[in-house]
Amino acid sequence: MITVDKDKCTGCKVCVRSCPFAVITIVDGKAEIGEGCTLCGVCVKVCPEGAITITRDRKAKVNLEDYKGVWVIAEYNEGNVRNVTLELLGKGRELADKLNEELAVVVLGHEIKDKAKELAKYGPDKIYIAENKYLAQYTTDAYADIISGAIVKYKPSIVLFGATPNGRDLAPRISARLRVGLTADCTGFDIDEDGNLVQTRPAFGGNIMAKIISPYTRPQMATARPNVFKKPEPKEKEAEIIEIPSKILPISIRTKVLETVKVGEQAEVSIEEADVIVCGGRGVKSPENLKILQELAETLGGTIGGSRPIVDAGWLPQHKQVGQSGKTVAPKLYIAAGISGAIQHIVGMRTSDTIISINTDPEAPIHEIADLAIVGDLFKIIPELTKQLKQVIAERSK
Amino acid sequence: MHIVVCIKQVPEVSDVKVDPETKTLVREGVPSILNPFDEYAVEEALRLKKKHGGEVTVITMGPPQAREALKKCLAMGADKAVLISDRKFAGADTLATSYTLSRAIAKMDFDIVFCGKQAIDGDTAQVGPQLAEFLGIPQITYVIKVEVDPEKKIVIAHRETDDGYEVIKAKLPVLMTATKGLNEPRLPTVMGIMKASKKEIKVLTFEDLGGSEEDYGLKGSPTQVVDIFPPPVRAKGEKIIVEDPKEAAAKIIDFLIKRDLI
Repeated sequence: MITVDKDKCTGCKVCVRSCPFAVITIVDGKAEIGEGCTLCGVCVKVCPEGAITITRDRKAKVNLEDYKGVWVIAEYNEGNVRNVTLELLGKGRELADKLNEELAVVVLGHEIKDKAKELAKYGPDKIYIAENKYLAQYTTDAYADIISGAIVKYKPSIVLFGATPNGRDLAPRISARLRVGLTADCTGFDIDEDGNLVQTRPAFGGNIMAKIISPYTRPQMATARPNVFKKPEPKEKEAEIIEIPSKILPISIRTKVLETVKVGEQAEVSIEEADVIVCGGRGVKSPENLKILQELAETLGGTIGGSRPIVDAGWLPQHKQVGQSGKTVAPKLYIAAGISGAIQHIVGMRTSDTIISINTDPEAPIHEIADLAIVGDLFKIIPELTKQLKQVIAERSK
Repeated sequence: MHIVVCIKQVPEVSDVKVDPETKTLVREGVPSILNPFDEYAVEEALRLKKKHGGEVTVITMGPPQAREALKKCLAMGADKAVLISDRKFAGADTLATSYTLSRAIAKMDFDIVFCGKQAIDGDTAQVGPQLAEFLGIPQITYVIKVEVDPEKKIVIAHRETDDGYEVIKAKLPVLMTATKGLNEPRLPTVMGIMKASKKEIKVLTFEDLGGSEEDYGLKGSPTQVVDIFPPPVRAKGEKIIVEDPKEAAAKIIDFLIKRDLI
């Protein structure tokens, strides 16, 4: 509950201005908290009079002590484990060690046991495997049924998913079934003094960060943004293999995947998992010119992306779009070529480790967030850069 | 065919600024808009209605101001609008929100539920799948193409993936979340706005939805925001103006080597 001490409140409006959800109004000279309050506590922090207090008096319905261990739900793409799964195993190890509990990875698929066993070198103590021909391809129903069943049976305390299209399709389904807390697209995890998982995520287009806990329900579930956590170095290590119940009635799968269609280059990594993205904007001028960006991306071992105007023009497929109406990316290196840097674009890439911008306009907003801003002509600079890079790489391999 | 579209009123996120002193969001003067992804959902519902007949109902949970977003949908051509509003629903996270929506929608006779992929303020993309689970119906997320056969009661949709799309078939009723690429949402016409102003917005409260108070609003929300803080500030970079492309390329390579990126 949130309460305003009317005797202390001076009606100064500091809380009104600071409320991220715009639910505070001044009524008769005193602050009044309206509908839509999420108890985020910003007003409590900013109130100069200390007039606002939050009391949390809820109790858990389950015995939290019964839930132990950190689970990572593995995701495979055409038989290859996705990077985000390995990144989560690295972070999961850290969380499990802090809790002094076990780390497990959960693998669903068809004839996947040998591949699942290979995950042992990334640190889990246990590998849960569900094998069934109906798990060969991801479907919401089959995956939600098997994982929900396993959670009820083994009672993990934390369950982490990659914030991929499938992870974000699956995790909310399971959270609603089990009626537990779920936090989307996290960029940080920690354990607080009470042993709760503290989940950090951006909101409002990355304008603010929020720390979220789920103190009354177990397991605590979250999806994590790819490319944020470090992939652990593989080590020789044993893990206990546990086969989980995987009986599936075909009739329980209510969506049927008739076809999987790939658009664009075949062997590319997804834009959300790429280490390097070369992203083109309006300044690229024509679809043919994307070739020079593509060549640079290939030389750097990365992939190509596009801003909204060039995706809308049909030069690149929709799944290549970076920005608010496309994908949010956080690669190690982001090269923005001919992109001016509208805020809707910036919110989709500003958490990249390193940003290089190339744009002829010295006033382009993209230059303001770049680590290295080059005011110049991309048509001259990028081919030259690719050429010099190839030389550097060739010399190294000698 | 009855299509229900869940919508949300959101702040125009790109106009939101952070106060450099208090490090909090400045919401003053930031307009509220219909969540852009919901526009695709409303548009697709209207197109399906035009093709196959039926009715489109838009629904939202929010404070009384959220009427404005519903009115926009009515002006686009939706038939009915429902506002779920009650102080008991305040403080809802995605789970409590989807539960509340499910209580209202379950009482309707529906064939399709549409949601936007995600709302641009929270960016969670969770309400759609959670609602589908509470309604006990299948879901197809991130749809970029939809075809419905009302006779056979099936839908075939293209679901956007990392590197293309999946073609998915499901029986009605189904919940789908709409994403960019599905269609080009129409703008309300003057005629539409006039018609919408005469339409009634039905309000549902806790009394109407029933159930236990424990499942709604803050009490029904397992997640809790414990802190809000500004994102880490990027260190100021270096801006250089170079005429010679060779020199520019060499600069970039030096920089990449220094940062251990090549």
